[in-house]
Amino acid sequence: MLDKNGIAKRIAKEVKDGMYVNLGIGIPTLVANFIPEGINVELQSENGILGMGHFPFEGEEDADLINAGKQTVTLLDGASIFDSAMSFGMIRAQKVDLTILGAMEVSESGDIANWKIPGKMVKGMGGAMDLVASAKNIIVAMQHVNKAGESKLLPKCELPLTGIKCVKKIVTELAVLEVLPEGGFKLLERAPGVSVEEIKKATAGKLIIEGEVPEMVI
Amino acid sequence: MINKVVANADEALKGIEDGMTIMMGGFGLCGIPENSITALIKKGTKNLTCISNNAGVDDFGLGLLLQTKQIKKMISSYVGENAEFERQMLSGELEVDLIPQGTLATRCLMAGYGIPFFPTPAGVGTEVANGKQIINWKGRDYLMEEAFEADFAIVKAWKGDTAGNLIFKSTARNFNQPMSMGGKITIAEVEELVPAGQLQPDQIHTPGIYVHRIFQGNNYEKRIEQRTVRKK
Repeated sequence: MLDKNGIAKRIAKEVKDGMYVNLGIGIPTLVANFIPEGINVELQSENGILGMGHFPFEGEEDADLINAGKQTVTLLDGASIFDSAMSFGMIRAQKVDLTILGAMEVSESGDIANWKIPGKMVKGMGGAMDLVASAKNIIVAMQHVNKAGESKLLPKCELPLTGIKCVKKIVTELAVLEVLPEGGFKLLERAPGVSVEEIKKATAGKLIIEGEVPEMVI
Repeated sequence: MINKVVANADEALKGIEDGMTIMMGGFGLCGIPENSITALIKKGTKNLTCISNNAGVDDFGLGLLLQTKQIKKMISSYVGENAEFERQMLSGELEVDLIPQGTLATRCLMAGYGIPFFPTPAGVGTEVANGKQIINWKGRDYLMEEAFEADFAIVKAWKGDTAGNLIFKSTARNFNQPMSMGGKITIAEVEELVPAGQLQPDQIHTPGIYVHRIFQGNNYEKRIEQRTVRKK
């Protein structure tokens, strides 16, 4: 079973040289820590940065330089800054190659819910709806089951949707799964020490298993 | 050269009346028009509709205008940082329209570009699409979103000149730039106000034609919401 860093590390393998990548809040943010040397990518932050760098050194933080999570950040050489309308323009125009974000539920047809729990939590969708509606490639980083032990990989989402038919891949503490265009979660890899049976038990939606399922290499 | 300068925030806010719609620049607490918010509290204008990506935090930014119950309705994309906001929303005191962030930014921009509608895929198949016109173009569905109509836009820039030209600093540009073009009347408060001719024309982000009133602000607190650092 993977911890949060393990999930981030596995997702980092999906990041290829030359990509522009948008990382959501939570586990996706950790992915930046595991991008291998020699893979050159630019991180986009939807408030208006390309080429986002590390957190600043203590004492060097700048209130005017934050990321979409409202955290103080720095810029790398070659970075650029723009307004939020242009930022979503480049997202809508599919200039951003890969979007990695968290989810509360994903359906077997690739629908995603991650912005609202009616009556309990209403924080808003932020940029998530724009990102999932337009991204060429979306990877979801999340736990396989919720705190109540219920599967988050469902036949159909129960929570209000963020977007439809958009998620391509999911990485959880248990597995890597592909959402097939015709529907269903195809099991690609098992986390170290996790059996196919355990993944079956934790997946409420249609799970497709073909042949031997390899263990992840991370 | 046309002169857009007013003495201070109180003068800049003249004409803002109860029930008006106001765009407020900033992202989180980054780049918010601090002086104008303070002046608006003093002015006591009520039943405002605020278009702003966020609603500040409990004791800073738009959170202050929520405390004084001057806001009737918020149009935002993310409001997770404010407990008072959540309380007013759940009790029904505050109307809230949550819309996708890109849609919000673009609807501000369009007001300054003279584009009445724009089609976007953001929100298709979700509750955001309820009641909206959907058009299918080349096999794909889009929601038709309207340009905002705001009586005033209040923004914060880094530098400005007497002609109303604005330059924003770093990510404090965020919603300030599209909103600066989107108000029927745009008010800009700036950290440094200079005579016309002092800013490089090709470095200006918002041309002065969009800006009606400009003043030099003071005592910027620039509060940081999430101070994240690493050790040397």
